[in-house]
Amino acid sequence: MSVLKVEDLSASYRKNKVLSDVNFNVKPGSLTGIIGPNGAGKSTLLKVMLELHPSLSGKVSFFDSTLAKTKRRVGYVPQRGSVDWDFPTNALDVVLMGLYGKIGWFKWPSKQDKELALEALAQMGMADYADRQISQLSGGQQQRVFLARALVQDADLYFMDEPLVGVDAATETAIMTTLKRLKSAGKTVMVVHHDLLTVEDYFDHVMLLNRTIVEYGKTDEVFTKDNVQKTYGGSLRWMKEA
Amino acid sequence: MLDIFLSPNAQWVLFSTLILGTAAGMVGCLSYWKRQSLMSDALSHAALPGVVIAFSILGYKNLPFMIFGAAVSAFIGAWLIQLIRSSSRVKEDAAMGLILSVFFGLGIMLLTVVSRKGGGNQAGLDSFIFGQAASMVRTDVYTMMAVAIVIIAVVIIGFKEWKLFLFDPDFAKGLGLSSRLMDGLYLAMLVLVIVIGIQAVGVILMAALLIIPPVSAHYWTMSFKRMLVLSAIFGGGSGLLGTLISTMGKGWPTGPFIVIASASIFLVSVLAGTQRGLLVRALQLQLQRKQHRLESRPIPRQPVKEGK
Ligand SMILES: Nc1ncnc2c1ncn2[C@@H]1O[C@H](COP(=O)(O)OP(=O)(O)OP(=O)(O)O)[C@@H](O)[C@H]1O
Ligand SMILES: [Mg+2]
Repeated sequence: MSVLKVEDLSASYRKNKVLSDVNFNVKPGSLTGIIGPNGAGKSTLLKVMLELHPSLSGKVSFFDSTLAKTKRRVGYVPQRGSVDWDFPTNALDVVLMGLYGKIGWFKWPSKQDKELALEALAQMGMADYADRQISQLSGGQQQRVFLARALVQDADLYFMDEPLVGVDAATETAIMTTLKRLKSAGKTVMVVHHDLLTVEDYFDHVMLLNRTIVEYGKTDEVFTKDNVQKTYGGSLRWMKEA
Repeated sequence: MLDIFLSPNAQWVLFSTLILGTAAGMVGCLSYWKRQSLMSDALSHAALPGVVIAFSILGYKNLPFMIFGAAVSAFIGAWLIQLIRSSSRVKEDAAMGLILSVFFGLGIMLLTVVSRKGGGNQAGLDSFIFGQAASMVRTDVYTMMAVAIVIIAVVIIGFKEWKLFLFDPDFAKGLGLSSRLMDGLYLAMLVLVIVIGIQAVGVILMAALLIIPPVSAHYWTMSFKRMLVLSAIFGGGSGLLGTLISTMGKGWPTGPFIVIASASIFLVSVLAGTQRGLLVRALQLQLQRKQHRLESRPIPRQPVKEGK
C-alpha cells in the first residue's frame, strides 16, 4: 500500500512555472523533512497536493485513492502566517476545529469533543491556555495550538509547513517529540523544514526540492554535501566543513 | 404620535426593519472578519442601476422585480470587482471604489432620465436612494421579512462552519468544506440583505447597517459568537430606532436616522465597550499602576547599579 504517490506533477503561478515533473512515493510510517531554498516551491507542493492550488498536470493519490475519498485521513498544518490571528476566538476553539470533520457539518461539538481538544492542548503543554484569546498567544504558542489541532484530527498522513519557524528551543523540542510520537504510532509525516543543522536528528527521510525533486530518500543516503549543494546552488557552505 | 403605535401597518414596518437590521448585523459581522467591509458599500451602490432599469422596464413599482434587478446589478458589480482584481494588479479596495462610483453614477443618470420621462418621482423611486420605510406596503414588508429570516437562519445553522471558513479557509477546505460554496453563499446573503434593505434604508446608507454594528460589537467582546449576537442586536436596534424616529415626521427619510442610531451605539461602544472601550482601558491602566505601586512599596529600593 502506498500512503502518498505523486506522478508527473507540475504547477505554476500565472506566468511562472514553480514545480515541474515532480515524482515520488512516500513510505508509510516515515518522517520526511522537505528542504530547499526560499521560493523552491515547498509550500506550493503541499498546496497542490491538497488541491488548495491547481496543478497543471500530474496525478496525486492518497492511500491508493483520491484526496476527496480520504480527506479525513489527511491532516494539514499551514504556515502560521496564513491565518488571521486577530480573529476573536480562543485556543480551545481552534483545536476543536480539527474535530469538525468527525463532528459532522451543522452539528455542535459535544462535551467529549471538548475533552479531546483539551487533551491535545495538554499534550502540547498548552492546557493552561485553553481559554486564552488566540491574538494574545505568542508565536510559539500559536504554533502549538496549530499542532494540537492537527493531533486531534487523528489523521494518518500529516503535512506541516514550517512548524518550527520562529519557535524557541522548548517549543521545538515539544513539537519534535510530538512528531516522533506520531511516527511511532505508524503515521506518516511530511514537514517543510529550514534548519539544515537539525535535519539528520529530526528526520528519517529527506526530500530535497528546488522546482523539482533533486533527491528523495533515507536521510543517511540522500542528505549529502553534493546533493544539498545541488539543491541550494553552489553558494551554500556545507556546515560539516565548518 | 400614538397613531403610529396603533396603526398595524406602521407596526409591521417597524418589525421588518428590526429583522432587516438583525440580518444586516449578522452578515456584516461575516464581512468584517472576511475583511471585506467595503464590499458591502460597493455592492449597495452597485444595486441602484438595477433598481432603476427594473422600474423602467415595467413602468411601475413592483418590489420583487426591483429586488431582482438590484440583485442582478449587484452581482454584476461583485463579478466585475473580482475580475478587475484578478486580471490586473489593481488592489481590491481600488476595484471596489471604482465599481461603487461607476455604478452609482450610472444609477443616478438613469434615475434622472426616468424621472424626466415622468412618473419616476411620484412612484417613489428616489426613496431607493435615502430609504423610505413608510412607503412600503404590506407585501413589501412580507418579502423583506421572509428573506431576512432565511438569512438569519443560514448564519445560525452554519455558525460553526462560518467560523471555520472565516478563520482558516484552507483548513476548512482540507476538511471538505468547499470555500467556493461558502464564498458563494456569503456573497448571495450579502447581496440579498442589501437589496431587501434598499427600499427601507436606501442604497447610499445601506452599507452603514452592515459596517457599523459589527465594528461596535467588537468593542464589547472577544468571542465570535457573542460578537455575532451583539452585532445582530445593534443592527436590529438601529433599524427599529431609526425607523421609529423617521415615522414621526411626514416624508422623513429612514436611512439617515438608522445611521444616526447606529452611530450613537458606536459612540457608546467606543467609550464604554468592555473589551476595547477607551474608558475601560484607561481604568484598567490606572488599576494596574496602583497595584504596581502597592506591590512594590514594601521592598526596599535596591541601590542603582552602575556599569563601568
Ligand atoms: N500567490 C502567489 N502568487 C504568485 N507567485 C507565488 C505565489 N505564492 C508563491 N509564489 C511564487 O512561487 C514560488 C514558490 O513559492 P513557495 O511559497 O512554494 O516557496 P517555498 O519553497 O515555500 O519558499 P519559503 O521557503 O520562502 O517558504 C516563489 O517563487 C514564489 O514567488
Ligand atoms: Mg513556504
